[in-house]
Amino acid sequence: MSFLKKALAITRKDVLSELRTKEIIFSALVFTVLVIVTFNFAFSASQETTALVAPGILWVTFTFAGVLSLNRAFIPEKEENCLEGLMSSPVSREVIYVGKMLGSLLFMLIIEIIALPVFALLFNLPVFSAPLVTVTFLATVGFVAVGTLFSALAVNTKAREMVLPILFLPMVVPIIISAVKASGLALAGESWGALASWLQIIGAFDAIFLVVSFWVFAFVIEE
Amino acid sequence: MKRYILFWVSLVLMLASLFLVFVYVPTEKEMGIVQRIFYLMVPMGWLALLSFFIVFICSILYLARRRDSYDALAYSSAEVGIFATTGALIVGCLWAKPIWGVWWTWEPRLTATLVLWFIYFAYFAVRSFAGEEARGARYAAVIGIVGFVDLPIVALATTLWRGMHPGGVIFSGGLAPSMLLTLLVSLGAYTVLYVLLLVHRTSVRQDEAFINSLKARLG
Repeated sequence: MSFLKKALAITRKDVLSELRTKEIIFSALVFTVLVIVTFNFAFSASQETTALVAPGILWVTFTFAGVLSLNRAFIPEKEENCLEGLMSSPVSREVIYVGKMLGSLLFMLIIEIIALPVFALLFNLPVFSAPLVTVTFLATVGFVAVGTLFSALAVNTKAREMVLPILFLPMVVPIIISAVKASGLALAGESWGALASWLQIIGAFDAIFLVVSFWVFAFVIEE
Repeated sequence: MKRYILFWVSLVLMLASLFLVFVYVPTEKEMGIVQRIFYLMVPMGWLALLSFFIVFICSILYLARRRDSYDALAYSSAEVGIFATTGALIVGCLWAKPIWGVWWTWEPRLTATLVLWFIYFAYFAVRSFAGEEARGARYAAVIGIVGFVDLPIVALATTLWRGMHPGGVIFSGGLAPSMLLTLLVSLGAYTVLYVLLLVHRTSVRQDEAFINSLKARLG
């Protein structure tokens, strides 16, 4: 089997187990909607304040939902000792990384695809523009690239759920800044040109951390 | 022996830098006396970057070769580094108050330094959360590598986000010769101090490891 086929087999396993347990997507989705609603109370949502705070709300929500779902990426593997099974299977550690990463990416994208319309509905915003979708997709790739690495790391520590955000949030600061700024511009109906420099930062982050995480992942799950 | 030489070089340079900062260099025209903080803040920032670069290199070496001495070096360097980062943040706040009127602004370099502080907080946190010594060292090395790679992107993003630091002054030759001399001597003094602290801390760390291994053997 080729590298990608092996990785996709792991992704398929994650999707199957998610379809049966409905653990990650369902709870993360309810959480997402709850956060959006809660923010609505925090900022009395008039039309002007909405335009000001909407990108921030969107990305704080996605970041928390991401932490939540990434936490679940490795905890079931650890609890049922499946990680040992994966590691003793005849695939390299890199395959495991790519497989798990694609699974988490898929879950997070599904959450976002459902959450964005809800967001648009509650805040009365035009979210279905090509720039906003591109920003969301690229930023999510970056989140998941780093998140999968740290999720695998956090699962072997004492305070699992607490460790991931502590490690993860400072690392993804560039993504959060760029995503908030770029979505703000996109929601204001700016052209691609205005977004270019932010998209470049997100793109650079994605490329660098896909490669770095790919190489160091093996050191995280050995044992 | 080497440590004595280092100690004396560091002492002499430090005294020289204090003399230059407080006696020799003229008071800056617009900002006044408070500008002398500059000669402490730049070396602190430089030490933060230098020490985390050493952490980065030693982390790679540790993962590749698995020698405890690399980990001890990385750990010691990170400790000096987080001290320097904390110092840079505090001194930055002290300077911002009289000049910009506030203790804290989300100015790019301050923001980036704060993110740096959080990354290296994670570097130490992950060691205590890991449970085992060797696992903690491995995880910390991963943070040391990923965190350092992250820094340029953090710097880029925060700079694009907003800016008001007098960035180009030092390198574009806008600094008076006497100020440049003072800055360079300060940089040299703090760098030697860093090496001295690193040497001492590493040897203490190795002694700690040795004692722990003895304790483990005694049960």
